[in-house]
Amino acid sequence: MRQGVEFLMASTILEMRDITKTFPGVKALSNVNLSVEEGEIHAIVGENGAGKSTLMKVLSGVYPSGTYEGEIIFRGQECHFKGIHDSEHIGIVIIHQELALVPMLSITENIFLGNEHATYGVIDWNANEKRTGALLKKVGLKEDPKTLITNIGVGKQQLVEIAKALSKEVKLLILDEPTASLSEKDSQALLDLLLEFKRQGMTSILISHKLNEVNRVADKVTVIRDGRTIETLPRKDITEDRIITSMVGRSLDDRYPPREPQIGEVIFEVKDWSVYHPIHAERQVIKNINLNVRKGEVVGIAGLMGAGRTEFAMSLFGRSYGRHITGEVSLHGKPIDLSSVSKAVENRIAYVTEDRKTYGLNLIDHIKHNVTLANLGGVSNRGVIDDMREMSVANDYRKKTNIRASSVYQLTGNLSGGNQQKVVLSKWLFADPELLILDEPTRGIDVGAKYEIYTIIARLAAEGKAIIVISSEMPELLGISDRIYVMNEGRIVGEMAASDASQEKIMRAIVRGEGKAS
Amino acid sequence: MSTESAPAPQSSVAEDVQPGRRIAVSALTTNLREYGLIIALIVIMLFFQYTTSGTLFKPVNLSNLVQQNSFIIVMALGMLLVIVSGHIDLSVGSVAGFIGALAAMMMVIWPLGIFSNPLVVSIVCLIVGALIGAAQGYWIAYHRIPSFIVTLAGMLIFRGICQALLGGGSSVGPLPDSFKALSSGFIPDVIGPLTLIPPTVNAAGKTIVGSGLTLHMTTVVLGVVAVLAYAYFGLRARRKRERHGYEAEPFPLFVVKTLVGSALALFLVFQFASYKGLPVVLMVMGVLISLFVFVTKRMTIGRRIYAMGGNAKAAQLSGINTERLTLLVFINMGVLSALGGLIIAARLGQAVPAAGLGSELDVIAAVFIGGASAMGGVGQVIGAVVGGFIMGVMNNGMSIMGVNVDWQQVVKGLVLLGAVIFDVYNKNKA
Repeated sequence: MRQGVEFLMASTILEMRDITKTFPGVKALSNVNLSVEEGEIHAIVGENGAGKSTLMKVLSGVYPSGTYEGEIIFRGQECHFKGIHDSEHIGIVIIHQELALVPMLSITENIFLGNEHATYGVIDWNANEKRTGALLKKVGLKEDPKTLITNIGVGKQQLVEIAKALSKEVKLLILDEPTASLSEKDSQALLDLLLEFKRQGMTSILISHKLNEVNRVADKVTVIRDGRTIETLPRKDITEDRIITSMVGRSLDDRYPPREPQIGEVIFEVKDWSVYHPIHAERQVIKNINLNVRKGEVVGIAGLMGAGRTEFAMSLFGRSYGRHITGEVSLHGKPIDLSSVSKAVENRIAYVTEDRKTYGLNLIDHIKHNVTLANLGGVSNRGVIDDMREMSVANDYRKKTNIRASSVYQLTGNLSGGNQQKVVLSKWLFADPELLILDEPTRGIDVGAKYEIYTIIARLAAEGKAIIVISSEMPELLGISDRIYVMNEGRIVGEMAASDASQEKIMRAIVRGEGKAS
Repeated sequence: MSTESAPAPQSSVAEDVQPGRRIAVSALTTNLREYGLIIALIVIMLFFQYTTSGTLFKPVNLSNLVQQNSFIIVMALGMLLVIVSGHIDLSVGSVAGFIGALAAMMMVIWPLGIFSNPLVVSIVCLIVGALIGAAQGYWIAYHRIPSFIVTLAGMLIFRGICQALLGGGSSVGPLPDSFKALSSGFIPDVIGPLTLIPPTVNAAGKTIVGSGLTLHMTTVVLGVVAVLAYAYFGLRARRKRERHGYEAEPFPLFVVKTLVGSALALFLVFQFASYKGLPVVLMVMGVLISLFVFVTKRMTIGRRIYAMGGNAKAAQLSGINTERLTLLVFINMGVLSALGGLIIAARLGQAVPAAGLGSELDVIAAVFIGGASAMGGVGQVIGAVVGGFIMGVMNNGMSIMGVNVDWQQVVKGLVLLGAVIFDVYNKNKA
């Protein structure tokens, strides 16, 4: 126990002090401070990648004590969580963005998973179901406790998660983007529930980028930007404008290489592109998108997480996402067939994924094999690979994109995020595309590597390629694009020349678009 | 930023100080698994050579060893690709049994006239194997039914058909000699034998079997040519690398490796030559092994299989048709299972209901002992072949020693487990 504890105000339930968390290559949090009072709804806002989720993972013990610096004081006790179990034990429960429910188990089974009412390992189902009934009533969910999770909608699943949290005698409830995948109606219901809990004296932390929601329920707002706490606003100061300024208020200095755009004719054009969800066939994910890219132009697509940008890009690229895809794509004015990835590659279109580890790289193979994978024909004759040609291609791209590795035989799994990204880029550059779609090209990589990626993008544009950049980091889009489309909930909600775009303008387009769709 | 650039200075320092040594060490460590495995095989062989009082390396026993295990190794070539692509095939033993039965029925029972010719029958059987592989691969590739389930079903189905075809518990034979030559035959000596030491003649004027030393000269010539080719191509690849300015493994290491490899090969060739020459099935195996090494190491299709096993989604998003590739991998497995079935039938001289029973487990074990990963994406043809020989030598050695079959299984199980634990331990250490 520390002496400092005595100085805490009696009503402060949680105090996080000088939290610093470093990942290889990235400083995710630096000296973040957060103070939450008993019985309030405390919102944490910030751009994607600002460090909100990381902070909550530190708090809930996902990153155990010792892997970060700083201290956590909960109800007057300094805490050293070794895992989620420790934090839940003292009443901190987090509900993650991706729900952690087992689809083929019932509501009851999910709520008491790992925490069943049992005697000597024999489960008392009656007791469990009775408690479940009571919990479901509390959260206002009218479902049979025996219903399987897979048979209820996302909104109801979210409520089950909350009921599960309540079953653990929660003192501090943390919700990470709880309404990201909910409809307007479900979101409202959820927010009402939060207010109801507040009346009963529960403390909650709400992480959200939907400012209208924050505005509605929060007592305080803490703004995080670039892994730092910017400020904590009391209720009376909470306005959307104030928060937006605080969220994005950083100067655009020379973090972007200079460019002299030479923009030519339209190369690539998409008309009326619509896509439905691959599993929930009735859900339209992409709604009649029209877009074009010119020769030598860098076109940005802005939007928040879940806006459908990745889904759009992947559905274009060989129908790698979604069903019932309709719409037209043309290259140089001629309609082209992109129905498979190999056809897309043949038509000289490349897509650099946002998730390089899952979709971009073979992590158990080395740089050389990864670089040539999308264009093996370029290093082989009649199916036989020319080892020397492959070697010189790999070394060539290693130099061009400045991949830092001991040799091209280094496994990509052992590279830093920035260098992995350069390998994925090299792979697609070697495929010689005319249109390059870059999805979050700088996610999770440090400032120096970001600059290198921007330089590559600038060089490609100067070579006359058409480039689409999808990014959640608005300063980045403003820094490198010539024109920006704003996407929200599967639609294009704005288009602006980068010269008259600003972060506020983009954010406003998004916020205005919010709620319109559903 | 500092972490981003960390690897570069480290390696460049090492390069400046002792480039030769660094390359040697990296060449050794990267191939440690492969060398380790071959060394393990040699150690195991020497062990049994000692415990069987020198029987293991006797020419006649070496021929037996090859003939007994060839079908395992042939099927392991296909299984390697299946496992590298992230799947498994449990049906290979049953498919082999079924194909053996089909071949026997076609050659012995059914009145097919000209079509009961062993060559025609063999070709038909390989095609049937391809169709079986395609049928199973179709469900796995295009309907995403787990390969474990599809091939488990195949295992039951084809064992059943095999037994039904043979009419219950009976066996069908004898098979024509020209067919049996696939397994028990030796390559003809077109050059003619060379007698180095005339056989001892006993009092009755008859030669004593096994005395003297007569060499099968075709075998010797083939062996020497193969060894020279091995050294020549190794040297040429080295030169090519150096000409392009890339580091090759240090010359002394290359020389030692080539000499040791050649010596071992020549020793085996000599042993075979002093008996009846090279078994036909060894030639078949040799051709197939070379082909699969080439396909996996040098051809785009091989590269694509590894990429698919390493990360199927990334492979797909790189324009690789993973469905078709999976189908091809299973068709290939079907053809090799069929070939395995023909080899078994040819060795037994008849088709029996239990042919190939349980051999899928030996085949899978060979691939895993050879260092393949159950997660896919990792595994070498040579590894699987050596793994197959390790299993074979243990079978053979323990049988000569008179170890009970029950305990043989225990030992084989322990070796499999040990090999994989060794792999996992190495990986965690690195």
